[in-house]
Amino acid sequence: MTRFLSVARAVGWRTVHNTLVTPALLLPSIIFPLFFLVAFAGGLSRIASVPDFHYGPGYTSFQFVFVFLQSAAFGGVFTGFGVARDFDSGFARRLLLAAPQRSGIIAGYVIGALGRWAIVAVVVTVAGVIAGMNVDGNAVQLFGLVALGIGMNLVAALWACGLAMFLRTEQAGAVIQMPVFVALFLAPVYVPLSLLQGWIHTVSKINPATFVIEAGRGLLAGTPVEIAASGISLAVGLVLLSAFARRGLASAERAG
Amino acid sequence: MSALADAERAGPWPHAAPARASLLEQTAAVARRSATRTLRQKGLLAFPLVFPLILFAINGSALSPATHIPRFPTSNYRDFLIAMPFVQGALFISITAGVDLARDIESGFFNRLALTPLRGEAMLVGQLGGPLILGALQSVVYLLVGLASGVTFASGVGGALVLLALSIVIAFAFASLGGLLALRFGSGEAVQGIFPLLFVTLFLSSSSLPRNLIKTTWFRDVATYNPVSYLLEGLRSLVISGWNAQALELAFGFALAILAISLGLSSEAMRTRLARK
Repeated sequence: MTRFLSVARAVGWRTVHNTLVTPALLLPSIIFPLFFLVAFAGGLSRIASVPDFHYGPGYTSFQFVFVFLQSAAFGGVFTGFGVARDFDSGFARRLLLAAPQRSGIIAGYVIGALGRWAIVAVVVTVAGVIAGMNVDGNAVQLFGLVALGIGMNLVAALWACGLAMFLRTEQAGAVIQMPVFVALFLAPVYVPLSLLQGWIHTVSKINPATFVIEAGRGLLAGTPVEIAASGISLAVGLVLLSAFARRGLASAERAG
Repeated sequence: MSALADAERAGPWPHAAPARASLLEQTAAVARRSATRTLRQKGLLAFPLVFPLILFAINGSALSPATHIPRFPTSNYRDFLIAMPFVQGALFISITAGVDLARDIESGFFNRLALTPLRGEAMLVGQLGGPLILGALQSVVYLLVGLASGVTFASGVGGALVLLALSIVIAFAFASLGGLLALRFGSGEAVQGIFPLLFVTLFLSSSSLPRNLIKTTWFRDVATYNPVSYLLEGLRSLVISGWNAQALELAFGFALAILAISLGLSSEAMRTRLARK
């Protein structure tokens, strides 16, 4: 266990450190969520006047939750890019040779993803407050929203690390991010689920990301919904994708 | 590559240049090379082609409640959104063009080409041949997908053809912008780094809602000063309102202005870049 923790701590610290000292890595993960917040909350605020759109705290808060959770997911995805880069540069192979407990490598990258997102989450929240976001939830409910973000970040990081370890090239970037991007946008991004129609409503209804986003919006509004469904979705995602990441690591080990 | 070969054979010696290829032939030769290279990169072509279609499919449904907003110009949100893939595809083309040219600069090919009697204009415009063909292909695909998904043209068949022409001019304009970035920065990585900024211009425009329905004042002002809004509105007008001369004039005007300014600045940048070597 000590060996596992020492590897996880070292890899996690390296990931966070590299992000902090490399603006090219840090800035996109901060700028993109801010940009989405501006584009959605600013440009689409008229959507709130669609009949039957009811969200107490307002459209900025409605979009803030999506952007907050999206930034969590992309914090994980961007860490996967780093894993792929480590394989391309040869660092990951040296790491595999040196690590006394290799599963600690996955844990380290996941910790790094969480540390990286923590910075982005603070920036996005400050931007949301400046943009006039209303918060109707209490402290416990807001903590629940943060917990959803942490869950989203871990799930995405495990997916991205696992796939990066299977593919072991930076060119895997599009393959890593596209499913996450599509899953997020197949959730009710612009209007509540009840206002979606046609195929997108059918898909959204069974999309696990929908439960998490709806739960987050409910918590910010102080009217919790879909808490159990979102918790179960994230828990199942964590279990399945932990196994997936472990298999990715095994694949990288076999490749040598 | 015969014109290019002619130009290379001609060399720097006046007596060895009996039949110099015309500007058109030189441009065509460079464009042919550019087209071959672009079309060979099938893996790189898929993402720029498919991504706008994915967003079109998702947002076309997810934002359809917006048609219930009073004064929204159409009852089918896809009619409104169809302009977006064309401009988004053109933005991706700017990166393809920029990265390809940057690679030529980084590998030294551009400098070797400059040693031949090829004219600067041929080098500049010819390099955009591949991205231009890609833009045309993309536009046809987007149009067919739009029609298949139920988009109807208020301007009829003629309008669809004008939309294709306008989208190709827009693609050419953005390709020339990509070329300018490559000449200015000389690195593919730098060109890719600029891409998010170009992408921002798309989202800070009337891409998702008409300008008169954008509620946030500063956003509406930015969209009004953003030329991308007029490119989108020109394309959109052919689908939604039929023949709208003002919208088309503005769209063609802005596209041609971007093209002219980019090519003009590229010409300057090329002189500076080659003078440095």
